[in-house]
Amino acid sequence: MKLKEIIEKLQLKVLTGQDKLDVEVTSGYTSDLLSDVIANSKESNLWITLQTHQNIIAVAKLKDLSGIIIVNNREPDEDTLKKAKEENLPLLGSEEMAFEVSGKLYELISLKD
Amino acid sequence: MLRPFKADLHIHTCLSPCTELDMSPKGILKAAKKKEIDIIGICDHNSSENSLAIMNAAKKMNINVFPGMEVTSQEEVHVLALFDEIENALKLQEHVYDKLPGENDEEAFGKQVIVNEKEEVLGFNNKLLIGATTIPLEKIIKIIHSLDGIAIASHIDRESFSIIGQLGFIPDNLELDALEISPAITPEEAKKRYSKDYPITCSSDAHYPDDIGKSFTSFLLKDGTVAEIKKALKNEDGRKLIH
Repeated sequence: MKLKEIIEKLQLKVLTGQDKLDVEVTSGYTSDLLSDVIANSKESNLWITLQTHQNIIAVAKLKDLSGIIIVNNREPDEDTLKKAKEENLPLLGSEEMAFEVSGKLYELISLKD
Repeated sequence: MLRPFKADLHIHTCLSPCTELDMSPKGILKAAKKKEIDIIGICDHNSSENSLAIMNAAKKMNINVFPGMEVTSQEEVHVLALFDEIENALKLQEHVYDKLPGENDEEAFGKQVIVNEKEEVLGFNNKLLIGATTIPLEKIIKIIHSLDGIAIASHIDRESFSIIGQLGFIPDNLELDALEISPAITPEEAKKRYSKDYPITCSSDAHYPDDIGKSFTSFLLKDGTVAEIKKALKNEDGRKLIH
């Protein structure tokens, strides 16, 4: 499923990476431990987290993730926004909590298969 | 003249909910004496309310006590703050208390006992000390430095509440003075695995008297002060880490 469809269905706010929304999302990964994301996320996963530290951008690049959804209406740090712009990585915001976002994304992706 | 000092810079007291009353001023100092530790750092979770009691209790002993705190950042990274002056530890505490939401549940987390140097219970802290502040890590380090303290990332080799566990790697914009490792690995391993750019300190993270001094760092210093340790971490004026 394309990232832009997910953004529409989950009503996500696009903070950065506007021109990278055509990418294909294979699955999601929900975690707030960056060491765990490095160890276990897969390429093209859409990452759901409440961490807003700038290291999330480096981890997403390292693992070739399709984007990051920051949940609970948390504001990313300024450095994080700056890095995401530099890397042209889709950084998305949701007012909902990780449980809801993950549940909805799971449903969207599994229904499609 | 410079001489070696054995320092255990990360010790909890009965104020931390995860400890018992045996981590009282006497309990801690007796154990430190037994292990021939010269310097101890008092680092309760998000509070420095027992630091002065230990400092006062140590006055007639040959042990240097640093008032301090183990602060939990917004990212849930634990970082140690150590000072020479109790006033500065208490100033950090003001910043922390201002941004530390929640109330302690003694049943769930344990009691947070405030004591004096005579082992008398003065009261119970009702803040959620085990919780996280809403202060970003970078800002906490800036505050610590503005108060002449040193900032050390806690137990970086552990998965939970460490800078590596929470943030995956050490961000390059941080001005950490050192990285602390648990007794589980050696400084050489830590340098290889995590970063060659920072000095490595070893501490016990003691929650029980018997833990005190199980792991420690040896420094070559003139006196047992934070100012001297700051020099040693930078290899200045002959001061240094000798592990």
